[in-house]
Amino acid sequence: MSTIGAASPVLSARGLHHSFGQTRALRGIDLDVHRGEVLAVMGPSGSGKSTLLHCLAGVLVPNSGTVTYTPPKRQTPLEINALAEPKRAKLRLTDFGFVFQFGQLLPELTAMDNVSLPLLLGGTKRSEAARRSTDLLDRLGLNGLGAKLPGELSGGQAQRVAVARALVSSPAVLFADEPTGSLDSLAAENVLTLMLELVREAGTTVVIITHDARTAAYADREVIVRDGAIGAGYRVSP
Amino acid sequence: MNNSLTLLGLLSRQASYGYDLKHSYDRYFGTGKALAFGQVYSTLARMVRDELIRALGEETGGGPDRKKYEITVAGQDTVREWLFTPDVPSETLQSNLFAKTVIALLTDDDADRLLDVQRAEHMARMRQLTRLKQDSDLLHVLMCDHGLFHIEADLRWIELTSARLTQLKKELLSA
Ligand SMILES: Nc1ncnc2c1ncn2[C@@H]1O[C@H](COP(=O)(O)OP(=O)(O)O)[C@@H](O)[C@H]1O
Ligand SMILES: [Mg+2]
Repeated sequence: MSTIGAASPVLSARGLHHSFGQTRALRGIDLDVHRGEVLAVMGPSGSGKSTLLHCLAGVLVPNSGTVTYTPPKRQTPLEINALAEPKRAKLRLTDFGFVFQFGQLLPELTAMDNVSLPLLLGGTKRSEAARRSTDLLDRLGLNGLGAKLPGELSGGQAQRVAVARALVSSPAVLFADEPTGSLDSLAAENVLTLMLELVREAGTTVVIITHDARTAAYADREVIVRDGAIGAGYRVSP
Repeated sequence: MNNSLTLLGLLSRQASYGYDLKHSYDRYFGTGKALAFGQVYSTLARMVRDELIRALGEETGGGPDRKKYEITVAGQDTVREWLFTPDVPSETLQSNLFAKTVIALLTDDDADRLLDVQRAEHMARMRQLTRLKQDSDLLHVLMCDHGLFHIEADLRWIELTSARLTQLKKELLSA
């Protein structure tokens, strides 16, 4: 837990409630995520983990409750759920990175172009984007694979490309939803080890959803979501 | 599994005769290994001495099987401390955790919390092993992995049990 300050958390959720029709996905969640912390969110499937992540990341606005985000080098928290979608979209692009279980790479782009894309969208020069992407691909053990299409990579390699893409714009927070859910133990371990080496080096805050205890064991702490609430005995803050 | 604490836990439901206590124990935990009467009475005597329980009425003439026992406040505290103190993860854990879970359900205590407390202890150990792996040679990595997979198996049992608590409670109380 290298750089966790006692100061204000990076993300802070209070009283989150959200329903999809009759389904009460979140029933009053309070959670703080501190700077530099790697937090695992565990729990049975359907318990509301992904919904929680979507609320924290400003993908989804909860029916009630607040999510505040404090960007690096800024003291005043930003109330994410009060922002209009265009602003949230911009925030997601500049401040957050995402890794999902699968299907996030554009199949017609090379590994290299997939990784560079967020930078190019953010206005970085092509040469600079290429340099940073190559660097990251190397760090993730993918040297020489930049010209491959996602379909030509193994599951573990594709997930490492996805990690590179999520980290290339140096996000303040990395959100990972079952990032190793479709991988065998060894490939999963490879992805996690390399990913965590990079985020710990950069001081990136990570929220990683997993129902797998061995994956969660890479985190600094875990919380359990059960029936849309944080399990008894788990603290809101570290 | 700790026999004395389990007996004490059963006693925390209601005052009982040694005879009834032994049968309760056998019903919930005695599969294949019923408690001997002698063991029950020596355990009860020890707990009386330690003031965790007391004998009701002074039927001094009667043998131990004629006495009814009641848990004391210190006894109740001891049970709750046992319930909510997680065990060190190991292969012999399950039976004690099983006993604690059953006792918590029988005494209407918070079995969910008990399992969460244990789960946190397991996760802490897994984090430790995972960290150890990071700077180890392959041989030690494999040793850590062995531990990790075993603890993970425990965790799965905890998860499944925790998902079945409501049903388990129903069955226990109607048995
Ligand atoms: N877009 C949606 N529309 C309808 N129901 C949804 C939607 N997303 C999630 N749900 C429901 O909300 C509950 C929580 O889902 P989710 O957050 O995806 O759980 P988890 O990620 O823990 O598996 C589930 O019952 C799920 O079926
Ligand atoms: Mg999910």
